[in-house]
Amino acid sequence: MTQPSLFDVLLANWNYLIVIVLMMSGLFIVISRYNLVKKLVGLSIFQTSVFLFYISLAKVDGGTAPILTDDPSTIYSNPLPHVLILTAIVVGVATTALGLALVLRIHSAYGTIEEDEILAAKTAAMEPRYRRGDEAEADALAASEAKS
Amino acid sequence: MTLFAFFNNLPSLLVVVPLMMAPIAALIPISQLAWAATLLATAVSFIAAVLLHMLTGAGARVTYYLGNWAPPWGIEFVVDSATSFVLMVITALGFVVTLFARRSLASEINNGDLGKAYGAWLLAIGGLSGLVLTADAFNLFVFLEISALASITLIALGAGRVRRSLIAAYNYLIIGAVGATFYVIGVGFIYAMTGSLNMADLAERLPDVANSTVIYVGFGFMVAGILVKAAVFPVHIWLPSAYSYAPSAVSTLLAAIATKAAIYVLARIVFTIFAGVPDLTIAAMNWVIIPLSLAGIFTGTILAIYESDIKKLLAHSSVAQIGYITLGIGVATTQSLTASFIHIGNHALMKGGLFMAVGGFFYALGQRVTVYNIVGMGRRMPITATAFLICGLSLIGLPLTAGFISKLYLVRALLDDQALVIVGLVLLSSALSLIYLWKIVEVMWSNNPAYNDRDFTEQPALYIPLWMLAGANIWFGIDSSFIVKGAEAAARALGGGL
Amino acid sequence: MIMAFLSSMMSVQTGMLIGLLTPLVVALLVPILAVRSNWRDAIGPIGAVVTLAGAIRVAGAVFNGEDATLFIVSFAKGLDFVFTVNPLGAIFGLVASGLWILAAIYSVGYMRGNHEHHQTRFAAFYAVAVHAAMAIAWSGNLMVLFIFYEILTFSTYPLVTHKDSRLARNAGRLYMGILVGSSVMLLLPAVIFVWVTTGSLDFVPGGILAGKISGTTASWLLALFVFGIGKAAVMPMHRWLPAAMVAPTPVSALLHAVAVVKAGVFTLLSVVVYIFGIDFLAETGASDWLVWLASFTILAASLVAMTKDDLKARLAYSTISQLSYIVLGAAIASQIAAQGAALHIVMHAAGKITLFFCAGAIYVRAHLTKISQLDGLGREMPYLFGAFFLGALSIIGIPPLGGSWSKFYMMVGAADRGLIFVLFVLGLSSLLNIYYLLEPLQRAFFRPPSGDVKIEKHPLTVIPPVVTAALSVALFFFVDIFAGFTRLMFG
Repeated sequence: MTQPSLFDVLLANWNYLIVIVLMMSGLFIVISRYNLVKKLVGLSIFQTSVFLFYISLAKVDGGTAPILTDDPSTIYSNPLPHVLILTAIVVGVATTALGLALVLRIHSAYGTIEEDEILAAKTAAMEPRYRRGDEAEADALAASEAKS
Repeated sequence: MTLFAFFNNLPSLLVVVPLMMAPIAALIPISQLAWAATLLATAVSFIAAVLLHMLTGAGARVTYYLGNWAPPWGIEFVVDSATSFVLMVITALGFVVTLFARRSLASEINNGDLGKAYGAWLLAIGGLSGLVLTADAFNLFVFLEISALASITLIALGAGRVRRSLIAAYNYLIIGAVGATFYVIGVGFIYAMTGSLNMADLAERLPDVANSTVIYVGFGFMVAGILVKAAVFPVHIWLPSAYSYAPSAVSTLLAAIATKAAIYVLARIVFTIFAGVPDLTIAAMNWVIIPLSLAGIFTGTILAIYESDIKKLLAHSSVAQIGYITLGIGVATTQSLTASFIHIGNHALMKGGLFMAVGGFFYALGQRVTVYNIVGMGRRMPITATAFLICGLSLIGLPLTAGFISKLYLVRALLDDQALVIVGLVLLSSALSLIYLWKIVEVMWSNNPAYNDRDFTEQPALYIPLWMLAGANIWFGIDSSFIVKGAEAAARALGGGL
Repeated sequence: MIMAFLSSMMSVQTGMLIGLLTPLVVALLVPILAVRSNWRDAIGPIGAVVTLAGAIRVAGAVFNGEDATLFIVSFAKGLDFVFTVNPLGAIFGLVASGLWILAAIYSVGYMRGNHEHHQTRFAAFYAVAVHAAMAIAWSGNLMVLFIFYEILTFSTYPLVTHKDSRLARNAGRLYMGILVGSSVMLLLPAVIFVWVTTGSLDFVPGGILAGKISGTTASWLLALFVFGIGKAAVMPMHRWLPAAMVAPTPVSALLHAVAVVKAGVFTLLSVVVYIFGIDFLAETGASDWLVWLASFTILAASLVAMTKDDLKARLAYSTISQLSYIVLGAAIASQIAAQGAALHIVMHAAGKITLFFCAGAIYVRAHLTKISQLDGLGREMPYLFGAFFLGALSIIGIPPLGGSWSKFYMMVGAADRGLIFVLFVLGLSSLLNIYYLLEPLQRAFFRPPSGDVKIEKHPLTVIPPVVTAALSVALFFFVDIFAGFTRLMFG
């Protein structure tokens, strides 16, 4: 029995390959994109890859959908991961919804949803740093800080 | 009948009562009533936690099957001494901070949103309780996300005063979701190899399959995911902004209990689920947890020294204190675990008190509290400032305060384990923490008060809960037997380390 | 006579409670009575007398070999929050409470004469500091001692930074930095190491470490203790002392005679006698390096003192030097030398407090701080300079002043152990003391007045130094009482 080649291994585990590709794409999008909505998209892709991971784990060779039939000799795919993933999908939906709500509020507060522009706005509000001893200036600065 | 039902269902009540009360509180139009409902729910939780603590007193274990489905197919809640200790901390602080929240939140959030804020508040507390109670690995993820999403909502509610809270909440959401998903990946790997999700069941099955890379990777992902929520260096970066820009009461609540629950979960994963795979866990402790804890301790302390915004300073300090707790877990002897649990309790008291005091200052000042505008506060708001001083001295570890007990037990555990270098580092960081605290104390009692034009009357609604915590700091510094005994029982229940 | 009266009035326990709690009661009453400044200023001395009564009662009991223990609560298995008075502690308790009476009276005169602000805060924290000192004196184990050692540091911070000036604040930072830094990083691990190694932290004559650790470990542990006890001002942990001179003189008198520094050397001496054990140190030679370091500090501090023109600065360095006498006495690892060290706690306290009282009185009455300004003032302020003279003689160690006894004991102890060079160090140090302590007197009495100096009358600042100077003389003749205590130290 010869050692299976890399190509054979990859072919046999094509589902995990897809999971990895999606996972890495999702993470990359989260990290590299500045647009807040795009980050959420990346997060969704990342989470979807995990769903696919679980579901592909659940598939039993020759197994059918895990719905009870009258035939006692039916082989079912494992239903538990399906249930777990339903839960995880719900959690993902809630996360995405909350994230989008936040993006909406950020847009109305900052006028933009590009992270680099937001960072620039934050730094602009922070300079010059508070200087010691100058109460009036610290006062004015604090007032503008509070608004930001 | 109801009393019987009450006792029989104690573990689930800790989750169900806050969860059920949350939509009710959110829908009540009168904010004071919403607050009252919240207070009621947290009080019930606290009573339930006390009862559970008494039940687990002699090392007993309380198990509860959700829906009466027996594990490993059903989800169960397990309460042993460790769980009950952390539950006491969560619910007690939840109750006290809710007392504080009435005035504090009312001044920082629009009246129309207060009901919803209390709804999210209850969801957070209920989620954290569930996180600690559950004995099912996937159910843990669910509660992790419940508490995370609720916390994010609470943080974002600070947007009325400072819009940066939205960014902080968003960043927490992204990082937290990535972390939680990592945890799910880890659970997936473990499930694939063992076919079970119940913690006790996993503990039995894992040693048989322990030698595969899948298990190593699964463990790694699970721990990495939990480290994000526990704010361990270097994935702690969401914490400083999140804690400092949230509303005062929210900062207090999160600082006191949120990360503690996650650290407890970490301990559960390492000492309960993977109890039969010591090679893996010991390697992880020595090569990952201990170095990261030390890094977190120093990063937090040094950043706190240079920070002038007081809430951010306290947040950095929290990162350092979390480092002490995870260091105790990393060293993994019974003594060091005891020290970690002691600090879980004491730090909740300290940080809760400090953030409450800052909340009091914020209420009076109406703007971000910094070392520049806190000048002379000692004279203007003496009640709040003295409580801040007490909690701060506890943070440094002045004898006769709770913080000293934590430090004492931690150093003793480390010396017992012959970890001399780590002892030196811990004491060095403790000495450094004097700098950032003293910076604030010096300024508070100096002679030139800032702002003569404001009203600095101190609100009893704000300083009474504060003094409850400050008093607890002193009480547990003198007679620490309650916390120490609870922590020792907790450490023993976790299997006494590795 | 007094003893019989006190014994009939209160039990030992009550005496301990009185000694420990009265200063706290004073600290609480001071802010309450702040409106009536006369009442507020009176409770200090009254409280001090009551505390002294308690201390005398307790000391009497210890002298008779009675058990003097006060149990509060149990921290952990084998570790109790307990107060137990041993002979050394009895001595320190007497010193602290006795000198507090005079310091309280003096500080009233000083603060009023200088029109100082925040007198209430001052008086309250003063009392808390004395309470901490009493608690240190009577602590039952090393943990209780450490606890109150830290409390002493924090409660004296407001006293050091009393003036609220930038200089005071910086001095406060140095003070806290050195004292808290050394105690957290060095003293605490040393204490916990003892706890972990021996399972106990109790003070036992003969020590608890013998047989549990090797000689080298003992040397390192001793080093941790010596550098961790920053209040003993062994070089290089001495910098906080001159910096703390920025505080008002009653504070300096308290810091340099009664509470802080004596707490430091008391702690070190207790550790040497009751934790390490003199015999253990003598066998293993673990303290030999300390003999050299202490000798160095004695001479170096004396040399620096000679260069200082500011009177308080000179006295500060003199204190550093004298504290190392006590450290030296402990390091020589002979019973007689340790007895000398314990005696020196008493003698130096009386002598140094006299000198500081005089320095403060000169400042209040003539507004002068520098030695070069003191020309010819002896005639105008004879009592003050007379007291200064007696205090200086005690520090120098000349009979018939009390300081001669402690020096004598230490010399005998050094000779016993064959450490001849120590005799030279002590002798040389006395010569240096003569120079820098008698120079102010020489200027005051033998030089013509330099200019027009207006001298105000503040009797409350003159009486205490005269009393303490007389005390220094009395201590020469009544040394037996204290020497008796020191002999009891070794069980």
